[in-house]
Amino acid sequence: MTTIQLGFADWLVIGLYFVFVLGIGLYLKKYTRNENDFFLAGRKNSAWVAGLAFLSANLGALELLGMTGNTFQYGMYVAHFYWIGAIPAMLFLGVYMMPFYYSSRIKSVPGYLKLRFDEKTRVLNAAAFGVMTLLVSGINLYAMALVLHTFLGWNWDFSMWVSAATVAAYVTLSGLMSAIFTEIIQFFLIWFGLFLVSILGVIEIGSIHEVFSRIPPAYGTLWSTSANPADNGMLVTWGGVVLGLGFVLSFGYWTTDFLVVQRAFSAKNLRSARLTPILASFFKMAVPFIVVVAGLVALILSQDKQSGFALLQEGGQVKYDSALPLLIARYYPPGLIGLGVTALLAGFMAGQAGNISAFNTVWTYDIYQSVINKKASEAHLLRMGRVATIAGILISLVTAYWAKSFPSIMDYMQAIFSWVNAPLFATMLLGMFVKWITPNGAFWGLLAGMGSSFTLFLAVKFEWVERNLITLSSVSSDMAANFWRAWWAWLICFAVTIVISLFTERKSDAELTGLVKGLTPEVKEGDVPIYLKPGFIACISLIILVALNIYFW
Amino acid sequence: MSDDLKKMRPIWFFVGMMLLTIGIIVMLSGVYYLFFPSDAHTVLAHLHPSLWWGFIIFLAGIIFLVSNRNVMVD
Repeated sequence: MTTIQLGFADWLVIGLYFVFVLGIGLYLKKYTRNENDFFLAGRKNSAWVAGLAFLSANLGALELLGMTGNTFQYGMYVAHFYWIGAIPAMLFLGVYMMPFYYSSRIKSVPGYLKLRFDEKTRVLNAAAFGVMTLLVSGINLYAMALVLHTFLGWNWDFSMWVSAATVAAYVTLSGLMSAIFTEIIQFFLIWFGLFLVSILGVIEIGSIHEVFSRIPPAYGTLWSTSANPADNGMLVTWGGVVLGLGFVLSFGYWTTDFLVVQRAFSAKNLRSARLTPILASFFKMAVPFIVVVAGLVALILSQDKQSGFALLQEGGQVKYDSALPLLIARYYPPGLIGLGVTALLAGFMAGQAGNISAFNTVWTYDIYQSVINKKASEAHLLRMGRVATIAGILISLVTAYWAKSFPSIMDYMQAIFSWVNAPLFATMLLGMFVKWITPNGAFWGLLAGMGSSFTLFLAVKFEWVERNLITLSSVSSDMAANFWRAWWAWLICFAVTIVISLFTERKSDAELTGLVKGLTPEVKEGDVPIYLKPGFIACISLIILVALNIYFW
Repeated sequence: MSDDLKKMRPIWFFVGMMLLTIGIIVMLSGVYYLFFPSDAHTVLAHLHPSLWWGFIIFLAGIIFLVSNRNVMVD
């Protein structure tokens, strides 16, 4: 394809974004006085600030491009990732889990594992999380360079080094606070920069009703084709969606992944921390109005020969991720193109900053202070956080170049998530709600869960076992295998943790006060009106979720 | 410690500044291409999306900026 040409106004918008994020990093530096400011943004954010950052840390450009392409491939089923695959877990985090996290004043998720269990479980999780964040950060960088090179003709090295240097500069200057500020700016850029694609797409097709009438019937439903995997594009049953995506993968990510949970830790009090994922859930439910609508529009246009719209192909393979950039090129005139490109750039860079700010915290507290230098002073830890930021960015660059020479690394992305997050959710769930779970049970359970997830991935990848054995159906897809693998990893971790806990020494009730249900005082909301209570707002979110699922049944 | 080191501008102020500036740029480019149409023909160009979408962004920027112009947070 010929690359998209940018005009003066486009370059002005892109340049302005870089000036803004660097300016914000410089402005916030004078407010970053200690380690608490750098790693936890001073714990002074409102629920709205923490909530939008919580959502935006997950709303990267890689996801926007990927999910638009997935909609082209699988239809409305992709909305499961945003609805059942996110909302129940976000609400559960806010209503039930946040009191244990926030009240224990921990600085990271591995920090909770240290208090609830022991040092070895903390270090195991911290090491796995550190590797995962750097890999994801590097792959994010590679994906950004790939998009900019393919659609704008930009130089690979230039794209990667300029964006990495910018992220390194503002995260090093003011840590989590600047990461949160840029994530919120990214949130607005994505909505103002990309929602117009859906609006113009619907205008071109005629109406939203026309959009749904022109796609294959199975592409416009959520549940009515889920009894038989052969009836839906994703080749997955409702069991895989509910157990694998809705329960394990979703709860594993939204309730335990420090990248998102760290934003809630930055809230100014427990009520704000509980509201953080609950407020974010409303915005999460709205994202399909960008990605799903755009994906369906791309599908309809590609079926209409007269539209002149076709996805890119490489070696006979359709590049589904090209759907969103091609729609931007189709609808956006000069000026708006710059905004669309900036929205994608912001998504990539904020995603990278989010990973790096989570990595520098886990490295500094859960590996460096815990294993290497137990007596480090506050000032020393602050310096270490800044060094870890630079080192993390450099390792991400190495990973990005590695991914460039070995593109199938992208296939391992889902494996990495189900390797780290799915079993961790079993450990957390048992740790927070069952007081007789022991440190040894948690450690060996987590190790068994992580090991089994990785082994199952390799077994399917290299055809040591039939994929259908894992997905429990004769028809399945890679996506279905991901869902089911996560479920088995969770179950193995859950079972091993319980069995070993039955035979090993538990911690005393005094040691577990404030960390486990039943040994923690109930949260009292005081005189707060009912409509401001986290539980009430969570109920509204849940009602909207149910209504959306019924409407698109 | 002086007050200006304790208090800072809220994020919403910066969001407002950015949206206002981007809105103006997009809107002005829309006005320019209204009189001097671009060679890059886009679908639905006759709807002049830069003009009205730029205005919406500009309006959102104004709202954020005005409602936070005197706000300082801890």
